[in-house]
Amino acid sequence: MFKILKYSFYDLARSRWSYIYFLFYLLLSFVLLFLNNDLSKAIITLMNVVLILVPLIGTIFGVMYYYNSQEFTTLLMAQPIKRQSIFLGQYFGVACSLSISLFFGLGIPFAMYGLFQSAVVLNFIILLVTGVFLTFIFTALAYNIALSNLNKIKGFGYAILLWLFLAVIYDGLFLIALVMFQEYPLDNFSLIGMLLNPIDLARTLIILKLDISALLGYTGAVFKSFFDTNKGFIISFLMLIIWVLLPVLRIYLVSKKKDF
Amino acid sequence: MVVVQDLHKNFKKNLVLQGLNLNIEIGKTTAILGPNGSGKTTLIKIILGMVIPSKGEVKFNDINIKNNWIYRKEIDYLPQIADFPSNIKVIELINMIKDLRNKPAKDQELIKYFNLGKYLNTNLGNLSGGYKQKVNLLLTFMFDSPFIILDEPTSGLDPISLIKLKDYIKKEQQKGKTIIITSHVMNFVEEIANHIIFILDGKVYFDGSLKNLKTQTNNDDFEHAIANILRDNNV
Repeated sequence: MFKILKYSFYDLARSRWSYIYFLFYLLLSFVLLFLNNDLSKAIITLMNVVLILVPLIGTIFGVMYYYNSQEFTTLLMAQPIKRQSIFLGQYFGVACSLSISLFFGLGIPFAMYGLFQSAVVLNFIILLVTGVFLTFIFTALAYNIALSNLNKIKGFGYAILLWLFLAVIYDGLFLIALVMFQEYPLDNFSLIGMLLNPIDLARTLIILKLDISALLGYTGAVFKSFFDTNKGFIISFLMLIIWVLLPVLRIYLVSKKKDF
Repeated sequence: MVVVQDLHKNFKKNLVLQGLNLNIEIGKTTAILGPNGSGKTTLIKIILGMVIPSKGEVKFNDINIKNNWIYRKEIDYLPQIADFPSNIKVIELINMIKDLRNKPAKDQELIKYFNLGKYLNTNLGNLSGGYKQKVNLLLTFMFDSPFIILDEPTSGLDPISLIKLKDYIKKEQQKGKTIIITSHVMNFVEEIANHIIFILDGKVYFDGSLKNLKTQTNNDDFEHAIANILRDNNV
């Protein structure tokens, strides 16, 4: 598996898109830091970008890479390599390369603006970690969609729909549900609803760490009492890990049975 | 030896293989023939573990190949159409496959044999069909495994390269290798193969030597013998 990972990683490291992705974050962070001159505010703005963009790029890259390397995959299938390691290797190659672009794109400017001397190091680390988690989650989801769809156009369509659903529509539905059932106690409902969407989960985690939970209004208080305990923190990270593991498990199972 | 028992495969409603039984013996060159869509490539891909059969089993040297991949170390496979990743160079692809298989390879010898020297730094996407097939042949032959599977090896080759390919296969035969070939070029099959398996509608229709085929169909010419089978079955 590690050889495949290595080749997928090299392949992506040579591609223009990884650099564009990296340069975009680099530029964005520099501009934000230059305009704000305040690390903590820059982190908040970046959070909004990261939460929408990271899942989108992860989804598109995942689907695109799978379809682009199909020929290569068939070539590898005839070699003495376990089939599951071909797909898992490719998946980790894409996810790692995207994560590294994100890590350095955000990390370099913040480090230069004196992140390590400031009090917000932990907040920034939370932002990076959730960003990396989102990359792994959405690349895995995209890989699943691509594995199950021979037709490229269909695969792309479903992948974009999935992103749209989790990034935008889910919140809308959630809000409607909250308004419709406002006479009932909704603490647990909203808590569970949030845990089931990785983007919401990531957002809440960051917001609560940034101490701007006032933005969340009434439910913010519920979340705060949940997340501020160690238990809440651990549960939400466990949820993120489960969100990575389940799609990866499905990649493993599907690639065992698929015909080429 | 490869033993195929009661092999079935369907792609949704399309029944490709319907109860295939055959043996492939060590040291022989077996040609798998049949009209388009008769399931030749599917059979080969099942032997390689790329396609999973719906029913039945394949044994490679007495080991069931299901969920197994180590047996592929013994096999060199030439895929039908050379679908290579287009943005990497020939030399990079050769080195990558060498690294993945981790086995001594005679790539230099084959680069000379197939005149690939000046194309080593060309991207695979820019190669002509014939040269792609030569790269394909090189990747197949460079590991010297005891078992070779060739799916349409002649496609896209010019006459000189074709002669070179035949010579090479004959050398491999003398080493006692087991070879499986599919091809639609009957002269080629007649020259190379010593055992014929004819597949029709997903079943084995004929399994025997070249001589048997000719006597059974009352035809001295191989090409006509095959055509006779097809005509008698309204294909």
